[in-house]
Amino acid sequence: MRLELATSEWRRVSPKYVVVDLVGNLIFAIIVVSATSVPALVTHTIFWWALPASLAIIFIIALALTPRRVRAMGYQLRDDDLVFRKGLMFQRFVAVPYGRMQLVDINRGPLDRAVGLSELKFVTAAASSGVTIPGLPEADAEELRDRLVALAESRRAGL
Amino acid sequence: MSDPVPKALEVPPPASRASASGRLADGEWHCLHPATPLLKGGIALIAILGVIVVNLRDVFINIVIGGGPGEEYDPFVWIIEHDYAGLIVLAIVGGLLIFIAGFYVSWRMHTFRITDEQVEVRSGILFRTNRRGRLDRIQGINIVRPFLARLVGAARLEISVAGQDANVHLAYLGSAAADELRREILLLASGTVSEAPGGVASRASATGVISDLLAPELAPDVAPPESVVQMHLGRLIGSLLLSGFTVFLLAIIAAVIVVSATTREFFFLFGFVPAIIGMGSYYVSKFTRSLRYSIASTPDGIRVGFGLLSTSNETLPPGRIHAVQVSQPLLWRPAGWWEIKINRASHSSAKGAAGQANTTILPVGNLADVRKVLELVLPGLIDPEAIALLERGLISRGGNDGFTNSPRRARVIRWFSWRRNGFAIVPGAVLLRRGAIWRDLVVVPAARMQSVGLHQGPLLRRLRLAAIRLHTVAGPVIPRLGAIDADVAVHAFGDVADAAVRSAGADTSHRWRSA
Repeated sequence: MRLELATSEWRRVSPKYVVVDLVGNLIFAIIVVSATSVPALVTHTIFWWALPASLAIIFIIALALTPRRVRAMGYQLRDDDLVFRKGLMFQRFVAVPYGRMQLVDINRGPLDRAVGLSELKFVTAAASSGVTIPGLPEADAEELRDRLVALAESRRAGL
Repeated sequence: MSDPVPKALEVPPPASRASASGRLADGEWHCLHPATPLLKGGIALIAILGVIVVNLRDVFINIVIGGGPGEEYDPFVWIIEHDYAGLIVLAIVGGLLIFIAGFYVSWRMHTFRITDEQVEVRSGILFRTNRRGRLDRIQGINIVRPFLARLVGAARLEISVAGQDANVHLAYLGSAAADELRREILLLASGTVSEAPGGVASRASATGVISDLLAPELAPDVAPPESVVQMHLGRLIGSLLLSGFTVFLLAIIAAVIVVSATTREFFFLFGFVPAIIGMGSYYVSKFTRSLRYSIASTPDGIRVGFGLLSTSNETLPPGRIHAVQVSQPLLWRPAGWWEIKINRASHSSAKGAAGQANTTILPVGNLADVRKVLELVLPGLIDPEAIALLERGLISRGGNDGFTNSPRRARVIRWFSWRRNGFAIVPGAVLLRRGAIWRDLVVVPAARMQSVGLHQGPLLRRLRLAAIRLHTVAGPVIPRLGAIDADVAVHAFGDVADAAVRSAGADTSHRWRSA
């Protein structure tokens, strides 16, 4: 049984983020698998193929789960805090009061830019908070940022 | 302003002496204690001079007695044989003068001022630096008195501001001036709008220095002098001997003896003599630092003092403690001793007791001491019910005692502690209780919590369990609790998030006197 909060609807990240995540992970998988294949290619020993093969299987499973993983990400703007969830196997929920905001970052990688998405990072004084919402359409991300800043300003608290 | 150069980067106007009478926090620029250059770098200079003089003495004795120079090459002998002595003396004197001039100028250029809003320091001769800290962001004020500085009646004032390497140092000030300045800064930071406080009489005379050396760590006119916890000699020694380090040490000694006995190579034994001496000095330094430990409550927060020869004495204003952990190493359990650590947003560069960072607020104490210290660091939890709950959090074996504990099925991953592993949410704080063998209790004031996390991995999911994390600023205390019932965890997640929002909204501790 998965964890589920008894609250209103989650706002999901854009389905286009599946493409970004897929391509990014695919590139990483190709690099890792080809790097671990080098000993096998050099020595022509069959045993050395075990490592890249097992890695490849793990990556294929992870890639196949990407759409579900992206669907599992979501956030809610509640009255006083932002709730973010992610993870399929390892579920993680974080609730951050707006007043705890130190700054908001908006990042766009090359893949994000190609499909018009942004990543929003909500930074608090605790490094472990780690609220990073990927796959937001650019306009939404900027609107969300402005809204978060306004909310934080109205609920300003000390450290 | 028409002047393009920022005002702070100009050559400072003549500043008044720090130890002069009158208030320091008057918004004007002040200089530091005149012994500053000596304390900061002059000691090294004197040491170098000493080495040269000692070497010269050998040469001088050789010349007078008529013994020939040794076979080995000696620069002094070479200099004297070639009649360069005059030149060298000239060079040394010239170098000294340049040093002294440099120290003097850097002392003149190192000035500070404290206004109603901020503290500002500027320093440097060629590369000017200017640092400002906002008073309402102060996380703690530490007065450190290294042994040499105590001899000349000086002290280092360190104002901790949240952030890495964000502290403002005032090194060195007159000892009495430092105490006075701390009081004034805390008064300004507290948000009072009262009139200027009457200054404490300056104790800059020679008798002042002596009485300062002998005085108790807490300035008698500022804080109630009695510390709430007395450090007992026997307990301190016992806590050092019963530490994990001792176990490690004994293991090494045993290993060395076994190796020597079996191989008949006694060389190992001698090889470890320096290491043993080093470890002995570790014990001694831990011991001397913790010996004069004191903790007391003041209107401007709690004050923690450490140190025998070099002392450090820090004031933590209210609401600067982000998490508290009371823990008991296994070896301390028969004696019933506990240790208290805290998370805070800034870190003083000075070490606290026992060379630990300044996050250990009670090096060792029994249950009564723990209760007193917790009353100070958690001023919101002083009603008898909360205190009883805290105590159950420490020593209870678990069961139905106010904490929500792990279900029975959690014993798969919490073999011994599942009865005890739990949390409690009280007004203003969240308590996490863990461990049956290594017992500890973490208290996080809800007003300081940055965010809450709820986690579940595949293993916990099979057992219908979940883990909760409270995110605070970084420090030695990591408030997390695993293996609690999944449904309970979801509820707790919501409750803790609510508590965090409510407490943060009601919290006024950053201006603790203005509320």
